[in-house]
Amino acid sequence: MSSLVEEMVGKALQRGIPLSVQLDLTYRCNERCVHCYLDHHDHGEMTTAEIKDLLDQMADAGVFYLTISGGEIMMRRDFFEILEYARARTFCIKLKTNGILIRKKEADRIVSLGVESVQVSIYSHRPEVHDAITKLPGSLAQSIEAIRRLRAHGIHVIMANVLMVQNVHDYHGVKALAAELGAQFIIDPTITPMMDGDRSILGLNVDEAALREVFQNEALTGNAEEFCAPPQGPDAEALDAVPCSAGHTACYVSPYGDVYPCVQFPLPSGNVRRMKFADIWRDSPQLKEVRSIKLRDMPTCSQCAHGATCTRCPGLAYLEGDMRGPSYQDCEKSYAKTGISSEYLEARKASPQPQRLQLVQIQGLQHAAQNLTARVTESSALGA
Amino acid sequence: MSEKRYVARSTAIASRVLGDETMVMSATDSTLFTLDEVATVIWEAADGATPLEEIVTKKVCAQYDITPEVALKDAEVLVEQLAKHGLLLLSDKPIAQPASLPRETP
Ligand code: SF4
Ligand code: SF4
Repeated sequence: MSSLVEEMVGKALQRGIPLSVQLDLTYRCNERCVHCYLDHHDHGEMTTAEIKDLLDQMADAGVFYLTISGGEIMMRRDFFEILEYARARTFCIKLKTNGILIRKKEADRIVSLGVESVQVSIYSHRPEVHDAITKLPGSLAQSIEAIRRLRAHGIHVIMANVLMVQNVHDYHGVKALAAELGAQFIIDPTITPMMDGDRSILGLNVDEAALREVFQNEALTGNAEEFCAPPQGPDAEALDAVPCSAGHTACYVSPYGDVYPCVQFPLPSGNVRRMKFADIWRDSPQLKEVRSIKLRDMPTCSQCAHGATCTRCPGLAYLEGDMRGPSYQDCEKSYAKTGISSEYLEARKASPQPQRLQLVQIQGLQHAAQNLTARVTESSALGA
Repeated sequence: MSEKRYVARSTAIASRVLGDETMVMSATDSTLFTLDEVATVIWEAADGATPLEEIVTKKVCAQYDITPEVALKDAEVLVEQLAKHGLLLLSDKPIAQPASLPRETP
């Protein structure tokens, strides 16, 4: 992060401004990725008018960085109408797409609307591996074609490589492909649970040896010695630090108008169909609770040697049942990075957890009102 | 300055008012700029139809204890800089804005 961006994030934090929002327009998709955490059925997406009203509200609340994602964003027929409206409200926009539906006309339109970047997931440089993950024959070729079109116009393209057992050895090839196409390469070594709490897809996560290989690859992590240095244990400053941006300067809005602290933190915090975005952001008891949590309030992580340097995700911890608790996947990453195991990791290895928690996040409007009380009670109980 | 100068925000930018400052990002190269309180006043008034001199006298001098001459000189430097980065358009004639002119947050 540049120092100016850091400064602005600091100011947004002080003033309680939601500087960044991810808005998913739809969960529908033309790919069927094996690791996807979404329910692809349409349970009553926001209409064009509702989304435009939300964009107005978000601009007025101070949102600057807007990530428009899905599902596949271009499955919405009104996608360009929404994008044009969002640009007229001067958001800094990042699009996440698989690129399949970006042909010449669409690429030209994206260019003319001045988005900041377009992120495309590429799982492998080998079609047989990529297409087997997306379950769409020909998808690698089509995604690459879209990247070429966007790059030809000078658009900043980010090629995101999610690592899983199927493509664990292919990131070198994807990185080389990104270089060839003039795209930025990023790697994400974590497969997350389904948003409904189903943890069965976690079996796709790469093993510890593969994680270690990634962390020690200096082309990816910079100085490996520094990156993988043994943990020092949290000092007073770390104990009082904000764990991450979720709920502090950022949040997530689903296609059904549900607001969560982050796309990876499915704690239901309100719905923009029933309340104003700014009121949810300011007054939601769930967001207030998330904001109140510092490392010192986490009984296990505050005592852990990795506490200050761990990438612990509160959303993954929440999906494990306690937003103040550890996240097993981050314990594994801390171990792979440093070779030093946390007590929690050892304990969990000795007694594995159930595969599914009863969380209900994605639902149609018709069910939403009746389930709201239940969801809030449930999440409070989980977060307690 | 004897000639009138008109200023208009470019449509190829992202921007948001953050307290009394404004974040502006160039969509062409993703460079981020921040405008201070006075620059924000000029930025928000840059509608392509109001001459810079009028923005300075009616908006800046009305709110801040500064003479029109000094304010206009500073404003000229500011708009030149912003124009250099493609954030503002400058012209000696009014600048027509497209229908989807970026609207500012109140
Ligand atoms: S750490 Fe988790 S909850 Fe926080 S911003 Fe990252 S993904 Fe979201
Ligand atoms: S390694 Fe595990 S227990 Fe330690 S800080 Fe990270 S998430 Fe918490």
